[in-house]
Amino acid sequence: MRDGVVVKGVQFRAHKVVGDILELAERYCAEGADELVFYDITASPDQRSVDRAWVSKVAAMLDIPFCVAGGIKSLEDAEDVLNKGADKISINTPALARPELINELARRFGSQCVVVGIDSHEEAGAYRVYQYTGDVKRTTATTRTTASWIDEVQDRGAGEIVLNCMNQDGVRNGYDVAQLRAMRQRCTVPLIASGGAGDRQHFVDVFELTGVDGALAASVFHSAEIIISDLKRYLEDRQVSVRL
Amino acid sequence: MTSVAIIDSGGANIASLLFAFERLQHKAVVTSDKVEIQTADRVVLPGVGAARDAMARLQRAGLTDTIRGLTQPVLGICLGMQLLCERSEEEDTECLGIVPGVATKLQATSEAPVPNMGWCRTRIRRDHALLDGLDDESYFYYLHSYALPVSENTVATASHSGQDGEEFSSIIAHKNFLAAQFHPERSSIAGATILANFLRGKP
Repeated sequence: MRDGVVVKGVQFRAHKVVGDILELAERYCAEGADELVFYDITASPDQRSVDRAWVSKVAAMLDIPFCVAGGIKSLEDAEDVLNKGADKISINTPALARPELINELARRFGSQCVVVGIDSHEEAGAYRVYQYTGDVKRTTATTRTTASWIDEVQDRGAGEIVLNCMNQDGVRNGYDVAQLRAMRQRCTVPLIASGGAGDRQHFVDVFELTGVDGALAASVFHSAEIIISDLKRYLEDRQVSVRL
Repeated sequence: MTSVAIIDSGGANIASLLFAFERLQHKAVVTSDKVEIQTADRVVLPGVGAARDAMARLQRAGLTDTIRGLTQPVLGICLGMQLLCERSEEEDTECLGIVPGVATKLQATSEAPVPNMGWCRTRIRRDHALLDGLDDESYFYYLHSYALPVSENTVATASHSGQDGEEFSSIIAHKNFLAAQFHPERSSIAGATILANFLRGKP
């Protein structure tokens, strides 16, 4: 999301407006999505917080869980979002800037509310964490390896990790199975795959081959190339356990 | 109309609960007022966060004896369920002691990470009005690290590691105190059915 509407880019660039938040949320809920994540991608790069009036509206409509990401830099930010009805908050760049924030959030709200998003980019076989990925001009590599950061955020109390494999993001060639399998083995908390979904078989592959606990996608759902209800029947036919 | 008091436990899922009752065309109030809680037809004890914090908040609000003395149907949700029991292993916290049992930490395995965050099939163990109209093995949404073991008060069970893992109490019923480990307000149609059943019957 940016400025109150839903956008989607390719490898974090060239974002296009794809629809009204509430309309999309309602559609996905009706189609059988298990959870929705709202990323305010402008939040961290612009040094500002999410405009949160929409959180209450989403919470009033949805009867499935949802997570809010973007610009949550303090306990007060998190409390505001959770009090408006979000079930989880997800932090990314602010956690890299000040890792203690993870501990503070977990202590105050419980690990089950605290998701850490990690943007991971592969270069020559090494996985590295990136920050400020909402704005291409500010996106930079950190000194952290993805593996060490995954270990650290769990030690600090993260209750879930969303691993966004940047090389795959928006290009629809399938999830990064090798990376996800390797990182899942480091996790004692749920790991959610993100980046690369292009067809229904990619979802079967990521569940069968990596052991991830959930799969996140945006482009293929926004474009209606994949309808969630069809996808879930496809998964069930292939012995992947889903809520129908 | 059946009046519903949601105890203001300071937790974070209170807005979600209010909205869930609104979707059932039902107005609930969030309150920490003893009389309002005592005179409501239905009382909900929600809770998100840590057991010790939540108990401390109930104590500061002077509500622990009020809750123990309630005689109308009471529904504990998630942490609220654990608060109803004797004790929680979480920071070794003494709880309300209304329902026998101790909330224990879920064991993480390679197949079953902790916290348990997600949709779990829920098995009905015995008939209860709270489950009217629900199919066995319905999915509900869970978000927790601690749970009550299966006991004589257990109405339904779930497992966080698929069908073969260790089971915990998903729904319990003890006298007028009912509780769900999952979040009915975030469990789609199945969750709305639970809340509607809780409201049904004589006020």
